[in-house]
Amino acid sequence: MDSFIVVSLIKTVMVFAVLLTTLAYLQWVERKVIAHIQVRPGPYVVGPHGLLQPLADVVKLLTKEDVRPPFVHKALYLAAPFMAMTLALMSICVIPFGPVIRVGGVSTWMQLTDLNIGVLFVLAISSMGVYGVAFAGWASNNKYALLGGLRSSAQMISYELPMSIAIASPLLLSNTLSLRTLVESQAGSFWHWNVLRGPFPQIFAFVIFLISAFAETNRIPFDLPEAENELVAGYHTEYSSMKFASFFMAEYSNMITVSSMAVLLFLGGWMAPWPVRYGSSIVPTVVFAFAGLIALYHGVHPARRRERYSLPATGIVFLAIAAIFLLPIVQTWLLPLFWFCAKVGAILFAFIWVRGTLPRFRYDQLMGFTWKFLFPAAILNLLVTGFLVAWVS
Amino acid sequence: MDVILFLVFALFAVACAINVVVQTHPIASAISLIGVMASLAVLYLLLGAEFIAAAQVIVYAGAIMVLFVFVIMLLNAGAESKSGRSLVAQALGVPSLVALLGILAFFVQRLFPRESATHFGGFTGGTAKAVGKALFTTYLLPFEATSILILIAIVGAIVLAYKEMD
Repeated sequence: MDSFIVVSLIKTVMVFAVLLTTLAYLQWVERKVIAHIQVRPGPYVVGPHGLLQPLADVVKLLTKEDVRPPFVHKALYLAAPFMAMTLALMSICVIPFGPVIRVGGVSTWMQLTDLNIGVLFVLAISSMGVYGVAFAGWASNNKYALLGGLRSSAQMISYELPMSIAIASPLLLSNTLSLRTLVESQAGSFWHWNVLRGPFPQIFAFVIFLISAFAETNRIPFDLPEAENELVAGYHTEYSSMKFASFFMAEYSNMITVSSMAVLLFLGGWMAPWPVRYGSSIVPTVVFAFAGLIALYHGVHPARRRERYSLPATGIVFLAIAAIFLLPIVQTWLLPLFWFCAKVGAILFAFIWVRGTLPRFRYDQLMGFTWKFLFPAAILNLLVTGFLVAWVS
Repeated sequence: MDVILFLVFALFAVACAINVVVQTHPIASAISLIGVMASLAVLYLLLGAEFIAAAQVIVYAGAIMVLFVFVIMLLNAGAESKSGRSLVAQALGVPSLVALLGILAFFVQRLFPRESATHFGGFTGGTAKAVGKALFTTYLLPFEATSILILIAIVGAIVLAYKEMD
């Protein structure tokens, strides 16, 4: 019992430390990727390649003056960012990152807790998440903020429907609501993942889920709640300093949660794409060694004078990571963690990529798209899946 | 532990429910109602009905109450003004409330006599599987009838709200 509490505490601290760091650096990655899409270098001044920019941003946001406009609804105005942030961080506690890990005789799952209604828990928390945005818009006593809050509530209710139905169809294949069992049912190779698995590959459900996820997290092309050319900044117009930062962090945290859910439901969670006996265990080594060699090559290149030291150092770190992946002691838990992070990272990259390339929808198009196309498509997919699963079994 | 949690959330639910009526501002009432729904979900969870608890949060706290809040925000409804209550209401309000609760308690005890003591965690039919099985076998007819009723209500609402475009 005591060891359970200690282990849980350690796990909670680790998960939240990693999550909050990822939140800060995800923003750096986003700025860099978008900058390269738009053919410009992006953050470059603070630290090598702007790597210390997130820290500078945190210091800036913490020390900024916290303006509270007059005539706001005080209690709700203060509670809204808190609600958005808390609810966004809560769903991470049922996400499994990997299988059992053994440290000094104590074995524990790489997951804070496994609920047998884990999928429903994430849905419930994400459906409560809209309150933060809605109350922020209403309490600010500002017409732009109110419009942003209204748009966000309407959008999130509408897109929750196709999202929930798209989640239901892979659950029919896996026959469980626990996220851990869900991943274990997709073990094997990539054609055992729900996105490609028979009797009916869930490729349509996956696409519907991703589209709804963009809308649920208020990302471009569905970022109508904060459309800056019509609503200033939408629901967080009146927020400054750390209160603004908490909405920002909530958005990124929601992005990580939905990406993890997509990976767990459709892409086999922490499972490798093909079995170890065909060499899936050397993939991380090859990837990191290749990246390290590229960094070294560019580091010694005479044209790259500014990165004389930073690029070779990065290359050596990457080569060291590649070597760590070869150690048999850590392979049992490091490999699943690698695959989970790689898949989540790929989906997060798609989020940023879409932001860099697509324009924003018009509001009536946004609503028409979900009710007239996405929702019927999700129901059709669920019907076909249910029929085929019943027919096969 | 279960009893303490039950008492805390039951008290919270009752306090929120009273607050729904007492508050004059619609948003404050709506927030209290969300509190009632959320604490009810915890009570379901304590009784072992995990699926109902999740459905309670998803459907009531997450969808229906969002629509309530949405409409209140859209209409920008202000605080309601308290009208002075009549002398009859002031005199008879509390006694008739007590009488009503007493009658309700009496009938509940008469109609549902307690056969055995209830334990927390004694009920195991609350998993998603058990609920699904019950809905599609034992209670199939009421389930389908309810869904058709809701469909009729939706169609009716659309017919009522539909305006001819000129």
